[in-house]
Amino acid sequence: MKRWFNLTTPSGLICAVCVMFAFGFMLVPLYDVFCEVTGLNGKTKGQYQGDVISSNSERMITIQFVANRNANLPWDFSPQQEEIALKLGERKQTSFEIKNTYDRAVIAQAIPSVSPAVAADYLNKVECFCFQKQPLEASESKQFPLVFFLDPALPEHITKLTLSYTLFDISETATASAR
Amino acid sequence: MSEHMDTAHHGPAKGWTRWILTTNHKDIGTLYLVFSLIMLFVGGSMAFVIRAELFQPGLQLVVPEFFNQMTTMHGLIMVFGAVMPAFVGLANWQVPLMIGAPDMALPRLNNWSFWILPFAFAMLLSTLFMAGGAPDFGWTFYAPLSTTYAPPSVTFFIFAIHMMGISSIMGAINIIVTIFNMRAPGMKMMDLPLFVWTWLITAFLLIAVMPVLAAVVTMMLMDVHFGTSFFNAAGGGDPVLFQHVFWFFAHPEVYIMVLPAFGVVSQIVPTFSRKPLFGYHSMVYATAAIAVMSFIVWAHHMFTVGMPLTGELFFMYTTMLIAVPTGVKVFNWVSTMFKGSMTFETPMLFAIAFIVLFTIGGLSGLMLAIAPADFQYHDTYFVVAHFHYVLVPGSVFGIIAGVYYWLPKWCGKMYNEKLGQLHFWLSFIGVNLTFFPMHFVGLAGMPRRIPDYALQFADFNMITSLGAFLFGTTQLLFVYIIIKTVRSGKAAEQLPWDGAKGLEWSVPTPAPYHTFSTPPVVGEK
Repeated sequence: MKRWFNLTTPSGLICAVCVMFAFGFMLVPLYDVFCEVTGLNGKTKGQYQGDVISSNSERMITIQFVANRNANLPWDFSPQQEEIALKLGERKQTSFEIKNTYDRAVIAQAIPSVSPAVAADYLNKVECFCFQKQPLEASESKQFPLVFFLDPALPEHITKLTLSYTLFDISETATASAR
Repeated sequence: MSEHMDTAHHGPAKGWTRWILTTNHKDIGTLYLVFSLIMLFVGGSMAFVIRAELFQPGLQLVVPEFFNQMTTMHGLIMVFGAVMPAFVGLANWQVPLMIGAPDMALPRLNNWSFWILPFAFAMLLSTLFMAGGAPDFGWTFYAPLSTTYAPPSVTFFIFAIHMMGISSIMGAINIIVTIFNMRAPGMKMMDLPLFVWTWLITAFLLIAVMPVLAAVVTMMLMDVHFGTSFFNAAGGGDPVLFQHVFWFFAHPEVYIMVLPAFGVVSQIVPTFSRKPLFGYHSMVYATAAIAVMSFIVWAHHMFTVGMPLTGELFFMYTTMLIAVPTGVKVFNWVSTMFKGSMTFETPMLFAIAFIVLFTIGGLSGLMLAIAPADFQYHDTYFVVAHFHYVLVPGSVFGIIAGVYYWLPKWCGKMYNEKLGQLHFWLSFIGVNLTFFPMHFVGLAGMPRRIPDYALQFADFNMITSLGAFLFGTTQLLFVYIIIKTVRSGKAAEQLPWDGAKGLEWSVPTPAPYHTFSTPPVVGEK
């Protein structure tokens, strides 16, 4: 017996619903890819592999360092130098100090951000404490190194840029995922 | 079908279980409409609390935490509980009648999609009595307010949203299948009444974006309970991502809430102008264009998050472009009225008020679309004024107009025209008194979602509050009119409006429990 309606339309629509649900989650990696391709959002790249790109340019760039603590954590977090002037392609080292003022061990993570956002692609970090989770004992204080250089292809109009770190307490999520 | 032959003309089942078990599109339509009317008063009473607190500067009645819960719950209930179910109710009643179908295509699904809703809203409202209070992060539930800093009741909120979403998706599937497969023989797509067209397009929008809403609340759930970091910068996520995903849902959502109202108005204006709708084809294409474009404008809600200039320009121009198809629609409605022999019964009054006031809301939308100006307007009462102008005298007036228009066919009784007009004029004055002064305080810099404000805003806020009390209590008159009509209205004629055209008017008055058991033939004279 022929059914008086067919299931073609509803099953197609249900597929569309599932696809759109998946698309909702797809937006997460798409967002990251979009930000990476366009260099938006001031997200810096991962660890720089390879040699420093040298340059003969005499252009001086000022880079400022900012250290923030998320949600007013009572830690001490500060850059060793507030700003550095450097030439393009010049390798520089500086460091940040974190002091855990809690009387318990914590795991911290620093998230970098560059302003203006277009400059993010030209800041190459050879070594950075932001790549790893940083465990700190109670009342422990540590120096964390940052080694970096600026890509000589940095757009002409940029003379000054800011590298900002925000420090997060991730003890809860870090231990939760380790469990 | 054959076993149904002998009972083809049976009426509704007896007793209260009729309403639980019904698969009849008219019963379910009624359930949806009654439910949304109840939700209108629940959400309205929260607006009452908000306006009472804002009547004077300073904190008088409620604590700020509770005020935030009120603004949040008011928004959620009005959007998901009042406006959306009301349109699904109108669709349930009218779509089968307008296309000559005996019922919706998937009647069991229809029953289920309604009966999920009372449970979803019971769950949402139960959060008001929980420790930590109801959701207080605004109806847009931006992370991290809704994740890291959310009250414990956020989990109930997430599941309530899931249930509402499932209900809407099932309703949308049902409507599309009905329109595609159950049109009367001879009825082509371009013969569909405009209400049916707008609902078809709305249903596609629902199918496209409700799953995205489900995805975003699922991500929230995982962030809150399972240690993921979709929206948590500490774990590599990004709170701005939340806003992108949310508005990817929520911008089409605003058209979901207004396109069916466009449809209702496009039925009513020709009837009372006694002329066919001007530019039927352009109406259909304009609706489709609005729907398609609604997917590429979402970031105009977030001009201030720090987008690059190119992004700001893109979203600014696309947003302004939407004004073009919308303008086509307004032009067509006005042209339909032009040189028509118009009469001004209650449905027509609400429809005309819709056109005028929706256009005001649209214009303030254009102001907000200008990216550099938006930095000033963002999160002020100007935004509140804008979206209330498009939602209250927009969507809600559209729904009320539709109810007055089709009520005689539904229940076989005529409402009292004098009371209907009184209801209109009180609503019209109330709505403008409430929302117009919000433009001024917004431009002067009063932020939204605050329980207290600077003294300079006091007078306008008092006017707004008085208008809100008037508008709110006027809706009790609406309930009275409906009850009086159903109980003791004058018998309505077969064709209550002499300019009305369409299949829905060809069935007897009141519409029998089963209509179009034999499909009508369309297209042959």
